[in-house]
Amino acid sequence: MRDDPRLPSSPGFWRSPLRGPWFTSVLGLVLLVGITVLFVTGLVSYAAYNPDLSPVNDKTPEKGILGFYLFAWPTNPHWLYRLNQGVHVTLGVTLIPVLLAKLWSVIPRLFALPPARSLAHALERISLLLLVGGGLFEFVTGVLNIQLDYVFPGSFYPLHFYGAWVFFAAFVAHALLKTPVVLRNVRQLREERGEKREETNDLVTPRPAEPTVSRRGALWFVGGGSLLLFATTVGQNFDGPLRRTALLAPHGGEDPGSGPNGFQINKTAAYAGIDPAETGEDAWRLVVTGRTGTVRLSRARLAELPLHSSALPIACVEGWSTSDQWWRGVRLRDLAALVGYDGDPPDVFVESLQRHGAFRSAALSADQVADPRSLLALYVNGEELSPDHGHPARVIVPAAPGVLNTKWVARMTFGDL
Amino acid sequence: MRRPRILVGSPLQLLLLACSFALTAYAGVRLLADDWFGVALWVVGAALLHDLVLLPLYAAADRAVVRGLGARREWVPYVRVPAALSALLLLVWFPLISGAVERRYRSATGLSPDGFLARWLLISAVLFGGSALLLVLRLRRATKGRPPAVH
Repeated sequence: MRDDPRLPSSPGFWRSPLRGPWFTSVLGLVLLVGITVLFVTGLVSYAAYNPDLSPVNDKTPEKGILGFYLFAWPTNPHWLYRLNQGVHVTLGVTLIPVLLAKLWSVIPRLFALPPARSLAHALERISLLLLVGGGLFEFVTGVLNIQLDYVFPGSFYPLHFYGAWVFFAAFVAHALLKTPVVLRNVRQLREERGEKREETNDLVTPRPAEPTVSRRGALWFVGGGSLLLFATTVGQNFDGPLRRTALLAPHGGEDPGSGPNGFQINKTAAYAGIDPAETGEDAWRLVVTGRTGTVRLSRARLAELPLHSSALPIACVEGWSTSDQWWRGVRLRDLAALVGYDGDPPDVFVESLQRHGAFRSAALSADQVADPRSLLALYVNGEELSPDHGHPARVIVPAAPGVLNTKWVARMTFGDL
Repeated sequence: MRRPRILVGSPLQLLLLACSFALTAYAGVRLLADDWFGVALWVVGAALLHDLVLLPLYAAADRAVVRGLGARREWVPYVRVPAALSALLLLVWFPLISGAVERRYRSATGLSPDGFLARWLLISAVLFGGSALLLVLRLRRATKGRPPAVH
């Protein structure tokens, strides 16, 4: 029964001559490096939200020791979040073929009998379910989220963050158990240049079908899939002709508009529920509160304050970004000085006119407020902000995730959070 | 058979797995806090869907291509490679290509959701067309030169 080649539990059922320790080991090594980078950039991205600063920045308040590594997010270099998130998302998309090929290469083991040879083996198989299920969960939630397809069961932030830890727990165990074997396989097979050892492994089929491609060819095939995904995705991190090369990525192709305000938009004014009546010159007032009380400023009054420029990108958690845009507005630290924090800018709590959205309010740290490039911008690229980019005024802070650069700002409360 | 038995016998392995499960439990409780059934369904369902549906489907499709081409075995990569790459793009970008998120995408980003299907079809056409061109060139070279072995 066990050796009936019509059953997947029989080694003879699996006939591809490609399967074997070398193929699996090479893919495993690529994933070992790639997934480690994904995990680290994911944790860094999480830290970039400054979740410990204020509850509004923290979508995972129950994180406990999982936030052990959190640090105050810096403002230098100003492209830090753009690079980190570009790597996280682009690499994640690029690794999909490698992940699929790796799972294909070890599929016979799913059906191997007996299901467990010992307690340790049974536990290892449970761990493998968490590895495969957790890994696919992370890739699927990530790929869906960047396409705005929120069909997963809950909010993206806690699912992707806690899911990453569940996956990583299984990943580390798997890597520690397998890496010595993998390195030995790759080294020995390179030295022997032969197929002799391959035959003794349980992944090697006892009834090989006639090959239609070499192992090396199959690796090129997987690499080609990765290259195709990379080439049609990476461009969404650059403006101009490069963006048009990202043929299928959510923020590839054409820009939403032309001219100074033509660059990429995360959420439009209409989507955020901004009522044009609230942003008009007569209706809109910026309410700034601090040590010495509250100041109300019209847009005209704001424009009379000392204006400064900084060149900063918009970088989204979804893994797209713009090149540096030329922003012009009032320094956040100058606004703090208006309400009694002259020379010692504190944290700030920023609220938007926006009706819904997880980040309609956000907290910025004292370091972020103090940076001379941090602005409440009124203009971009030499023109008034458009409604979709946050008119009448928006925050722009170097190296901060896009959603912390609050648009349609209504209220700023300075003070230690 | 000998090596796996040594690995599973190791108390070190048990200890490692125990540590791993401790972390899994700590994060897993939080992962399952809101909608435990939905999330568990997604994690286990992702593994089952991949292992029992997606993989058998594409393996069967590949086998059908190999069988269908019969004696023309050297044609296999010229069908397999463009088909797999095209399917891969469809799998990854399905929400955009299928138009499932059309309305939200348009209203959130201000971008047109209409191009994705056309661009995917275009990429697929280029992949298949390029592959067919390479095959024709190769067949012509083979009939002209008649090399002893073709790989």
